[in-house]
Amino acid sequence: MTQHHQFEAVIVGAGGAGLMAALHAARSAKVAVISKLYPTRSHTGTAQGGIAAALANMEEDHWEWHMYDTVKGGDYLVDQDAAEILAREAIEAVIELEHMGLPFDRTPDGRIEQRRFGGHTAEHGKRPVMRACKSADRTGHMILQTLFQNCVKQQVTFFDEYFVADLILEDNVCRGVVAMDIASGEMHVFHAKAVMLATGGFGRMFKVTSNAHSLTGDPVAAAYRRGVPLEDMEFFQFHPTGIYRMGILLSEAARGEGGVFINGQGERFMERYAPTMKDLASRDVCSRCIYLEVKAGRGIGGKDYVYLDIRPETINRYKSAPGGRTVTAHELETKLPDIIEMMRIYQGVEPMREPVPIQPTAHYAMGGIPTDSSGRVRANEGPGFVTGLFAAGESACVSVHGANRLGTNSLVDLVVFGRRGGRAMARFCQQAAFAPLPADPQAAVVAELERIRANTGQEKAGALRAEMQAIMMDNVSVFRDAGLISAAQAKVRELKERFAHVQIDDKGRRFNTDLLEAFELGCLLDLADVTASSALARTESRGAHSREDYPQRDDANWLKHTFAFAGQPSGAGLAMGEVRLAYRPVVVTKFEPKERVY
Amino acid sequence: MKVTLKIKRFNPEADQKPHWESYPVEVEPTERLLDALHQVKWFQDGTLALRRSCAHGICGSDTMRINGGNRLACKVLMQDIVKDGGTVTVEPMLGLKVIKDLIVDLEPFFAHYRSVMPYVVNDEALPEDGRERLQSPEARERFDQGTKCILCAACTTACPSFWSNSTYVGPAAIVQAHRFIFDDRDRATDERLAVLNEQFGVWRCRTVFNCTEACPRDIPVTQLIGEVKRALATGRVE
Repeated sequence: MTQHHQFEAVIVGAGGAGLMAALHAARSAKVAVISKLYPTRSHTGTAQGGIAAALANMEEDHWEWHMYDTVKGGDYLVDQDAAEILAREAIEAVIELEHMGLPFDRTPDGRIEQRRFGGHTAEHGKRPVMRACKSADRTGHMILQTLFQNCVKQQVTFFDEYFVADLILEDNVCRGVVAMDIASGEMHVFHAKAVMLATGGFGRMFKVTSNAHSLTGDPVAAAYRRGVPLEDMEFFQFHPTGIYRMGILLSEAARGEGGVFINGQGERFMERYAPTMKDLASRDVCSRCIYLEVKAGRGIGGKDYVYLDIRPETINRYKSAPGGRTVTAHELETKLPDIIEMMRIYQGVEPMREPVPIQPTAHYAMGGIPTDSSGRVRANEGPGFVTGLFAAGESACVSVHGANRLGTNSLVDLVVFGRRGGRAMARFCQQAAFAPLPADPQAAVVAELERIRANTGQEKAGALRAEMQAIMMDNVSVFRDAGLISAAQAKVRELKERFAHVQIDDKGRRFNTDLLEAFELGCLLDLADVTASSALARTESRGAHSREDYPQRDDANWLKHTFAFAGQPSGAGLAMGEVRLAYRPVVVTKFEPKERVY
Repeated sequence: MKVTLKIKRFNPEADQKPHWESYPVEVEPTERLLDALHQVKWFQDGTLALRRSCAHGICGSDTMRINGGNRLACKVLMQDIVKDGGTVTVEPMLGLKVIKDLIVDLEPFFAHYRSVMPYVVNDEALPEDGRERLQSPEARERFDQGTKCILCAACTTACPSFWSNSTYVGPAAIVQAHRFIFDDRDRATDERLAVLNEQFGVWRCRTVFNCTEACPRDIPVTQLIGEVKRALATGRVE
């Protein structure tokens, strides 16, 4: 039995972007939020260090400086009209969050307190600036909780633990989504005028990642299989400070408060690579430097990691705290309670007395579903849009992060473009009618799920996933070249073939996560294929995409966004065949591309 | 190390009643219990059902009863709960209906959460300069503990009062209420206190401290409940 629902606007994903969109869309439209998790489990909650906004509560700051840092941080692949909106509207979005009740840390005069963060500078790169608004080191948690609280207050309708497996998209018009109620296994068709995808990233294609197990990009893959392009998928951010081997994130706030990188020779090596910003250079730069140190034999004990050192004695010796002032252990424990606890629990070190082993961890997808600054999804590399389809947050690509996202700008992106997308959906719903549903819109997904459930092949999803994660981590991470990427692409395509033979143990209906994890693996395989294919084609190095065979940035040929299309859009099953690539020019307004030095 | 996971299984589609199953696993001492459970699910028995997401103690999905106490499976390392050759017992949280294996129905828990008005209420005019409402660092600190709550339900499902009657609003909802009652920007203190003064409100707390022990975020739950009781008894929020 398939159940049917009708809502004017359906939002898929209940993290920061989805909830912000829901709060704004629900002011005039009938809205449903569908999420495969309870909303408060969303990955926005794990963001630690802060949300940037040029409030100038601590020192002089201007949104133009924030815009410049964003454009430079993105290695000039950023669409500058969108970056201007991001930096300008960050200010009112943060104030809106405070008015909703978000418990920001406060200055002595009662204003929102701010801290330094990687790549955020005063006067176009002259010195670090305190721009990140924060709630200790659980800023994302507070944003997620506050937005959810306000959804409770506004009585937003939620479908919790519903798995969206397909979009109903015909003749370039999105008409709704198909979802499974995970608890019962029952299928539900949601008929809508407007659909927003706000489902976060897909870092689980890599072995070492800060991403939640649930970040498998299912609706992003569903859109791709229905013919929607994916933009700039070769740009995946590796955050420099993941806990060694586990990938759990240790916020850049640790370095904002004075923490430094130390190599196997006891050297603060970032002084060599980034003389002005040092340990607060942007993330792609720091991650590359760690790889280079390890490659030169200067990892700790010659191994594949370095130290993050936040001992007060170290910070005070280098005078690396804000303003060069002296810090105490007590102060650090107050400002960084959660990450200090994580160092203790997961690494078993006492960070006030010992340095912490870290390595880069797959963290953030700069690429995703292409949108304009109102969240409308682009149908192609030209001027066309998909009617009734919107996207926001990490699953979207506006593009404000370009080739490398600055720390704290993900939270800005969520609230600024979640809000704009929500409002745009509401406006759309006022003038649009419900487009008719095709017959049996759930048929393709039901067929795919039943195929997996009944399969008697010899492959295990867990084993295939591990092979995909290993090859993507080894071959398509911080440094890449044509040979490595081609090998990864071939491996991913082999895994796609083998995916046809995956057998699962659980044949039941109720809470069948065995089935859903297999389906999620299929989604990741499609997205890994797009990532590798986009990376192979881009014969330059820019931001997070570092080609050892093409080490220079090449603005003459590559100042453009990648648009990847499924070779054969195939509905709910895997997209087979070649990935087709097209390109779209970057929007440059205020800042001409120049060499990027920190 | 080689250990055994003894897991309480129940699939209402197939089983008459819950039963225990044991799975041998080989793990690093520094791996999380969640990693060991994944080893079972991914390579031994895919029918095992559990919730999990972030895997580092923030999202609050994987609360379960581990060796008899409520913990997050992603926030305990194997070396801290079992010796080589030993056995770890894993069960669903108590006091809520089991949907399948380690998954319980959380709707009653979230209904209690919603009942305490878990949001700032303040209809007064916003600052004319378009900026933030002001709040002193001391006023912000007053309700800091409650803001750490991740709604994992570890406290509520460790509470004997909740076990005996799930109509009791429970420690998590009281912590949430405390977070708003003691926020000087909020104006709904009286309504919220009235909810907690009802028959199945804060007075069902018997100060057993199970909640404080269970909290994976180190929130002094019992203390916060005590502060709410005091506010009700004295009529003063301070």
